[in-house]
Order: sequence, then structure tokens, then C-alpha cells
Amino acid sequence: MSNEEIIQKINEFLVEEFEVEKEVISVEANLRETLDLDSLDYVDLVVVIEENFGFKVTAEDFTNISTFQDFYNYVIQRVEKEKELVQ
Amino acid sequence: MNRVVITGMGIYGCLGKNIEEAKESLFHGRSGIGIDPERREIGFRSILTGIVDRPQLKGVLHRRLRIGMAEECEYAYMATVEALNMAKIDDDFLDKNEVGILYGNDSSAKAVVNAIDTVREKKDTTLIGSGSIFQSMNSTITMNLSTIFKIKGINFTVSGACASGSHAIGMGYFLIRHGLQKHIICGGAQEINSYAMGSFDGLSAFSIREGDPAAASRPFDKDRDGLIPSGGGATVILESYEEAVKRGALILGEVIGYGFSSNGAHISQPSVEGPMRSLEMSLQDANIKADEVDYINAHATSTPVGDMNEAKAINEVFGSCKPIVSSTKSMTGHECWMAGASEVAYCLLMMDNDFIAPNINFENPDENSAKLNITDKTLNKKIDVFLSNSFGFGGTNSSLIIKKFQNN
Repeated sequence: MSNEEIIQKINEFLVEEFEVEKEVISVEANLRETLDLDSLDYVDLVVVIEENFGFKVTAEDFTNISTFQDFYNYVIQRVEKEKELVQ
Repeated sequence: MNRVVITGMGIYGCLGKNIEEAKESLFHGRSGIGIDPERREIGFRSILTGIVDRPQLKGVLHRRLRIGMAEECEYAYMATVEALNMAKIDDDFLDKNEVGILYGNDSSAKAVVNAIDTVREKKDTTLIGSGSIFQSMNSTITMNLSTIFKIKGINFTVSGACASGSHAIGMGYFLIRHGLQKHIICGGAQEINSYAMGSFDGLSAFSIREGDPAAASRPFDKDRDGLIPSGGGATVILESYEEAVKRGALILGEVIGYGFSSNGAHISQPSVEGPMRSLEMSLQDANIKADEVDYINAHATSTPVGDMNEAKAINEVFGSCKPIVSSTKSMTGHECWMAGASEVAYCLLMMDNDFIAPNINFENPDENSAKLNITDKTLNKKIDVFLSNSFGFGGTNSSLIIKKFQNN
């Protein structure tokens, strides 16, 4: 899966899960504010990531994620890591 | 003590998705029973069920308000919106007044099963998601609706098996009567999915007359062979008379009596003596004589023993005056936790529209039902006072008496 495909997939499930217009998503935007995430929503973010990419994110992983770009980078890096583990 | 009146009602169930549809079904004696073939595949003895469509709430309620709602909570929400609209209680009123909620519910099986399935598969509780805990608890309805409607008064769920909805109204009546609350959203709701009904089916309590679903629920009929599980949501708005008048609300009826009892006997076998005590207590509380009750909406679910014992109890208490009796469960099936509330709403519709809904499929009485004045046809008749019976596992009994509102 290319980085563009990963980003597209992330945007699709964020729009679907958190019921926002896709236009509100941009690389510089703040993830928490844009998606209006409270502490419970982070649990659902963990669930949709697992459903779509098959790996589990922990609460600590989110501490360094502020923007959508940070989130994309994190997921891309985890997808790469998972791939290496399989190989 | 305060007079307690009903100023709004809402129904979402197999007879209709609102009170107008339910009224038409009741008047025309239409059954809401059908079949769910999937139940055969998962080992059900009976595939008969009330048919209720899930409401579509995406786009109606914000995600956070919605994802903690179990199926029965969605039904309760629909009924409550209708009831609040009828009572003319809006967001502003809810924000500025101490309105309470007491709702009958006694299971939320599907949410629990889904959560356990996820943990078994994923071996990780986080992956259950954030909505599950709020869907899984019996109080799913009161915890969600109190959040959605910004409830500031009393707030808890009444779990009293198949009398839950009736006891919720009874408790609301007591609190308002004694001046502890002024306005309470009362009701009952019942999930209808197969997870909720499997263990009940396993007791061979359900009718297996699958070839003719509309004829399967036949309370008091000699050839009855069991109940049909059903569900949905029903809400009534209870208020003190003074507050209802102050708001200029339309008064649909006055709750004048609540009787309750426990059989003190078998967990599932109903008794005659326990319901008799709740019937007598409700008459005493209402300060009326048996002959002042025009209509009894029986609990009768279409099980052989349950209907027999209720017929005996009614005959013991009302034998000398023989009020008209019918069981609307002949059309709805057994709405379980919802039934006590929905049947009050059905009776209010009858009282408001001067008819008595039929006990459909009552073709041949048995020895005990022959002693009652059961109508198998719709009667055009004014009701001034009705009584609604609800009984449940563990021997819990509830009888509510409601009177047409008179301004004196």
C-alpha cells in the first residue's frame, strides 16, 4: 500500500467514524480539535485503526500526534514496521 | 397529596411507529407479529416475533449521543420524542426545570454479546469500543436519554421483568403524588433481537404456530400455545395536575391507583393470589370499587398457565361486575419490559377515542376465561376508568388504574 493510499484510507474512516465533512481534514489541521475528540473517542480511534490496518495503538502513541500529518506519519511508520515484522 | 396526570405519550413498536399508527392497528385489530427465519438457523424453537424496524438516528443525533444507545434505547428515544412533543415540553423547558426519567428495562443482551465476541476474537478489551459499556447496562435507556434530554430530576431504570414499564409508571406516580417530583418521563422498552430472546425460547415458552403468525398470539383462547416475543418503546409523561395546568398542557388521563405485590413463590410459575393482591391494592389506592372499572387490559401473554391464573385472579376480584377484558398482546405479542408502559399508552388511545381494542384470536374460551367478559371484537365504547395488569418473572405484579381526566 502506497503512502497516498494509506492517507486516503485514513481520511475515509475518519470521515465515516467521526461523521465530519471530508473538507475539514487538512495536513496542518489539529486532529483532536477538528474531529472534536474527547477521551472516549480516542478508544474508537484505536478501534478503527485496528480494523483498517490490523495493529493496536496505545494511548501513549497519541502523545506526539497533534496534526493530521503527524497522524499520517505515525500510521505510515507503523504500517512499514508491521511489514518488516511479517518479512 | 398531588393529583398525577398524563400529558404526553409516544409509541414505537410493532403496531406502529407513532401513536396514530398504533391507534389504527388497535382499532382494526391488526397483528404486528411475523417471522424471523434467521432464528431457525441459530437454533430457536420458534421463529415468531413482533416485527419492529430499527429507527435511523444517524444524522438525527450527534455521534457521541448515539453510539452508547442499544437497540431498545433507540426505540425509547423515538417514543420519548413523540411524548415530549405531545406534552409540549421543549429543550428550553427541560433545561430550566427539574424533569425526571424512570424507565423500565431489564436487558441489553445484544450489546453484551457483541462485546464478548470482540474480546474473544481480539483478546483486547480496548477494541470493544467506547459505546459498548453504555449500551450494555440495563440502565442504557435512562443513562442515554437523560444525557440527550439534559434531565435534572430523578434518573434511574426500573428492572421488574415483564412488569418493568408498569412499575416505572407506578414509581413516577408515587414520586409526583408525594410532591418529590413535578414532571417525570416514564416508560418501558424492549430489545427484539434474537440474542435477547434465545434463553426465553429455550424454556419452550413461545408459540410455535408459525404457519399463521397473526393467529399465533391468542391470550385466553383454549388453543393458545405460548407467547410471541416482541418489543419497541413506549413513553408517557407524568406531571402533577397543578404543573400541567400551569403549563396549559393537554391532559390525557389521571393515574389514580397503583397496586403491587410479589407472589413469594416460584420463579416462573405465576400465581393467582399474588395478582389478586396487586389488583385489590390498586382499587384501594384509587379509592374506587371494582364496578367502577370499565375495562381491564390484561397481562395475558398467551401462555397456558399465565392466562389461566390471571383469569382466576380477575374473576376473584371483578367476578361480580365483569368489566370488559382484552389482552392487546393478542396483536403485539409480549413486549416484555416495555409492555406495562405500552399497554397504558394503548389504553389511553382507546379512552381518548372511545373504543376498546379486541382480544384477537379469542375463538374458544377455556373453563376460566369463559367467566370473564372478553371481547374479541372492537367495541365502540366510552372508557372512564381502565386498569392495566403487568406481571413478571420472580412473581412481581403491578396494576395501574387510570381515569379519564375530570376537572374536579
